[in-house]
Amino acid sequence: MITVEHLSKRYGDVLAVDDLSFTIEDGHIYGFLGPNGAGKSTTLNIITGCLAATSGDIKIDGHDIYEEEREAKKLIGYLPEIPPLYVDQTPREYLKFVAEAKGVKKADIEAEIDRVIDETHITEMQNRLIKHLSKGYRQRVGISQALIGNPSVIILDEPTVGLDPMQIIEIRDLIAELGKKHTVILSSHILSEIQAICEKVLIIYKGKLVAFDNIENLGKTMSEGNQIEILSGGDPLETIELLERNTAITCFEQKEMIDGYNSFKLTTSNSNPYEICEELFVAFAGKGIPLVKLNPIKTTLEDIFIELTSEEDEDALYGGPEAIEPAEEKAIPEQEAR
Amino acid sequence: MLAVLKHELSLYYHSLSGYVFGAFLLAFTGIGALIYNINASVANFEYVLSFIQMVFIIIVPILTMRIIADEKRQRTDQLLYSLPIRTSEIVVGKFFALLVVFIIPMIVICLYPLIFSMYGDVYLPTSYGSIFAFVFLGLALISIGMYISSLTESQGMAAGICVVVMLLNYFCVQIANAIPNETIQNIIAKISLFQRFSLFYNGIFDLTAIVYYISIIAFFLFLCVQSLEKRRYNG
Repeated sequence: MITVEHLSKRYGDVLAVDDLSFTIEDGHIYGFLGPNGAGKSTTLNIITGCLAATSGDIKIDGHDIYEEEREAKKLIGYLPEIPPLYVDQTPREYLKFVAEAKGVKKADIEAEIDRVIDETHITEMQNRLIKHLSKGYRQRVGISQALIGNPSVIILDEPTVGLDPMQIIEIRDLIAELGKKHTVILSSHILSEIQAICEKVLIIYKGKLVAFDNIENLGKTMSEGNQIEILSGGDPLETIELLERNTAITCFEQKEMIDGYNSFKLTTSNSNPYEICEELFVAFAGKGIPLVKLNPIKTTLEDIFIELTSEEDEDALYGGPEAIEPAEEKAIPEQEAR
Repeated sequence: MLAVLKHELSLYYHSLSGYVFGAFLLAFTGIGALIYNINASVANFEYVLSFIQMVFIIIVPILTMRIIADEKRQRTDQLLYSLPIRTSEIVVGKFFALLVVFIIPMIVICLYPLIFSMYGDVYLPTSYGSIFAFVFLGLALISIGMYISSLTESQGMAAGICVVVMLLNYFCVQIANAIPNETIQNIIAKISLFQRFSLFYNGIFDLTAIVYYISIIAFFLFLCVQSLEKRRYNG
């Protein structure tokens, strides 16, 4: 378990991390999201002891990262943004150094190296010089370094940056596999990646935590209810009249016409948007208005991310898991009230 | 610390720098021995050391330029910071690695007086006393080089600054003599690492100089730790 309390980091006049507090529970894959320069790497560097905080406490399983440095660091495996590799060594030599430095018992070192090499699938490359390896394999060597000593927490800072699509999928699978045995914190600004592997998401913006929850919960709390997109073929006034008649639709917004059809985005208070879809279908059919599209929209991580990290939401900064509401109120600024 | 030491040694002998350092030192010793002991038929090996001490101006930068600067450039310093080892252990481990790389050619050099003694009358105490002091002089210069390497990310820059510092150190007494102030001259003569070595090859085993060299080593290793810690605070 990682406890971060009131963490701040200042570089001269710039406040890179501003009073960050959160707790990472064991056994989940956490996504650490934020735009470039939001303070992701700084926070991860502080958690792993690579960087000193200006103020605040970090405890890894109860061990303070500064006061009980050795004990705390043994519990963490860290892959920084740029994999820290000695390119003139082979992966095996490199891992031997890391194992010795992490205090793995001499008798167990070879077995431990074999284990991580096997886990990260670099067996064929173990005796080649790191400088001759491809970027994907270098990344794997970096991850294998983090796995040495079997730490309970693995922290990976943008592990898929600069990789080709195939390598990204491979690394992603590898991380999902690691998540079964370790707590994983994965920093990224690739949203689909986070959505695909992570169970919980921390979103950081301008050094502050703006959201920390499951992706589904975030989606639910983001917008007031569910949204539905429709394309109607009839007269717009008739469509509006039908929409206004349905009491479960809290508000709607007319969008630009698509191929001669009127486009509307509806928001409903009903937790099951399909029910509303059924009602609308029947109502429109009854009036003889063609409905060519009826699409309940699922909130994606992208929507959440954009909403939380856009400039106008600066006031809606996060205070704790329950303090997400202020962000919601501002979440649908252009919606028309009924 | 042992892990860092072993790792650094493997890096030195994976690349050329360990061999280049040893080759330079041995080549200069060979030339010195040829000039003084063989051609001039002088039985004092310590004169060879007084001749080759200037080789430190070149070999100390060769040896120390990459030791910390390269870690910064390759971002491997982040690995060191994230490992469960203290900064002081990292610095001491690296210093001991340099010590081993330096000691290996010095062991070969230790054979010279013995070989010469087989063919003539060599006064071994001054020879070995000077070799002993020569090792400490080298280590003190290496600790300075290591600190300089911790100040920059560029090996070239580290080497350049180190050469200048070594040159200043070597010629500081001559430079000070140009200053018409005896106090300054005395102070600089006392500070100069090379000047203190002159007593040894003149036949005096000066324990205070050894203590001075050890103090210099401790001081610059301390600065080196601080330099690494500073990076941890400033990012």
